[in-house]
Amino acid sequence: MTCAIRCHQLTKTYPGRPPVEAVRGIDLEIRAGECFGVLGPNGAGKTTTIEILEGLMPATSGTVEVLGMPWDKADREIRQRIGISLQETRLSEKLTVMETLTLFRSFYRQGPDPAETLARVSLQEKANALLKNLSGGQKQRVALACALVGDPEILFLDEPSTGLDPQSRREVWAIIEEFGRQGRTVLITTHYLEEAERLCNRVAIVDRGRVIACGTPNELIATLGGEHVIEFAVAGDDRGPAVAWDDLPAVTEVRGDHGKYALSVTQPHVALPPLLARVNESGRELTGLAIRHASLDDVFVRLAGRHLEEDSVEGAPQ
Amino acid sequence: MSTPSPPKRYSPYLQLVLSRVREFYREPEALFWVYGFPLIMVIALGIAFRERRMEKFTIDVETGPAAEATLAALKPDDRLVPAVYDAATCRDRLRTGKTDLIVIGTPPNYVIRFDPTKPENVVARDVVDRRLQQAAGRKDAVTIKDEEAQEPGGRYIDFLVPGLVGMSLMGGGLWGVGFVTVDMRIRKLLKRFLATPMKRSHFLLSIMTSRMLFMIPEVLIVLVFARLAFGVRIFGNSFALLGLIFFGSVMFSGIGLLLASRARTLEAISGLMNLFMLPMWILSGIFFHTERFPVAIQPYLRILPLTPLIHALRGVMLEAAPLSSLAGDLTIMVAWSEGRAVRLGLRRRTSNLLPGFRLFPCATGFASAGTREQLRTFLQRRNWLSLNLQITMNLQITILDND
Repeated sequence: MTCAIRCHQLTKTYPGRPPVEAVRGIDLEIRAGECFGVLGPNGAGKTTTIEILEGLMPATSGTVEVLGMPWDKADREIRQRIGISLQETRLSEKLTVMETLTLFRSFYRQGPDPAETLARVSLQEKANALLKNLSGGQKQRVALACALVGDPEILFLDEPSTGLDPQSRREVWAIIEEFGRQGRTVLITTHYLEEAERLCNRVAIVDRGRVIACGTPNELIATLGGEHVIEFAVAGDDRGPAVAWDDLPAVTEVRGDHGKYALSVTQPHVALPPLLARVNESGRELTGLAIRHASLDDVFVRLAGRHLEEDSVEGAPQ
Repeated sequence: MSTPSPPKRYSPYLQLVLSRVREFYREPEALFWVYGFPLIMVIALGIAFRERRMEKFTIDVETGPAAEATLAALKPDDRLVPAVYDAATCRDRLRTGKTDLIVIGTPPNYVIRFDPTKPENVVARDVVDRRLQQAAGRKDAVTIKDEEAQEPGGRYIDFLVPGLVGMSLMGGGLWGVGFVTVDMRIRKLLKRFLATPMKRSHFLLSIMTSRMLFMIPEVLIVLVFARLAFGVRIFGNSFALLGLIFFGSVMFSGIGLLLASRARTLEAISGLMNLFMLPMWILSGIFFHTERFPVAIQPYLRILPLTPLIHALRGVMLEAAPLSSLAGDLTIMVAWSEGRAVRLGLRRRTSNLLPGFRLFPCATGFASAGTREQLRTFLQRRNWLSLNLQITMNLQITILDND
């Protein structure tokens, strides 16, 4: 399988006092035809990484190849064959959807008719609407259409659904899935678990400028040792002697404290009865209980010690 | 999914220009500032400075034994409006500008108190002086008959219109190009464009082209209105004037682009542009002659980009000067446009970035080739200035590099 995007030992340090090391040695190999996700919390270095891969920002060190070519040798050639959606672009509000697409189409030597691209993002009826009259979700679909006008082989998407309502988010996902079905490559950054789990064949989890795990979502979840999670909360946990939960049957891992726990388990029906019995014995009161499939968030919590979708990195427990 | 119909060709340059034009005419505020504002300036200033006939002077006579006699002596001249006040009131009125001067004393010893820095006070003083002398019995030695001359071309409005055209070329070029570019950068639109295979030269040329398109009606409105309302005429060659206007616009668009290369916020670009334009509003001779400033600073006034443009515009409009006689002005303008064009070209290693700029030195060179001598000095000065400006601008980073 050929490589669509490859980077080796990528670093980026922003000058300043003190200098900010946004990316600290990232290696990625994105195969042609896969949808690859870069998943990480805000401030993990996702945007810096993808902008270096997009040739929009020079790396401090390391090498990048897109479609087998380095940026400094084949800028124009690569750009003809990729489509990019930046994290935040305010397209001209005074242009209509069709005018915007025609403008972007004119930069590429090949590609479908703008009207055809418009149909791909289901905005035909908005063709003559000014951008300022569109909703956030519709604007995001126009931005996606601008990335698709040149019939790209690779699509780079930086947080394509951030800030959208659930309905718009699903519409955006549908467009990306449709693109992937044509055997094209997608590189997507996100801090939404659901997005990564639904769209991506493989995921690299990044934190503080490094890749801390990489693989298919299932592989990553498998590293937890159990694909189910039992979450429970007990009141009065600070009373009496501490209770051990890790020796329960089918439990592979225990996280949490202060009365809130998450157990990775292989078989919930085996683990649950003794768990409840132990709560009962210890004289504590069960205030919450849930069983769910393990997610990439559990992987992230295990590796980084905090949740993915927490807003502030500083406030997170180490 | 692809249809068998023949693929359409889209010109990126044309599409970029079209987008700019559409954005512009869909923005009513921009339309007003670009087209309404210069017109309002012409109307307001034209009315304020229209020919005033029979200026009247207010004369205060200080109370005293001869006050009534003095009043009687001044009254026959209908340019004078004399009145008697006590000393304190007179001084107050002079200080606050309610009167032009104070006449104190009794014949044969008068004192006239006035402010010699105000031209109208000085004129009033001479009129009063003559009246008092005549009242005391002086006879005129010769007779003089006044003949009034108010020819189009010599009035203040004639002087003002080329200045306003220059000012609007400056404002339009800087705001229309610089502000728009920074706005695009802030919206990440510039970055988005650079993420496509778009050619930078197409982008820069489209910004320049759209600016030229907006500039044509802007200048026409002012010139036509000045002609219709005030009879302001163009004495020189219209094509030469057109060329100058075009050149001026290119120059300021270029400078706008250069300023935009540094600014990262709209506040920064606004400040930078005002800082750049402020000296020229005052010093480049929009509203009055640059010769009014001290001789020592004249060379500096001369190399501001607006000064030679306005000087050349006045030369062509009012004095029907041929372009060859304006080589000095054109040289400075070429240096300003070249300086930044060269900078852009070098940074991007695309010397064909803005082919338009390359033509100007040739055109101006031929225009000024009246004599060999002229051409040689022209070229020497051009190189020197161009080099100088390039060094000054060495600190500047080109517009697209920042993104």
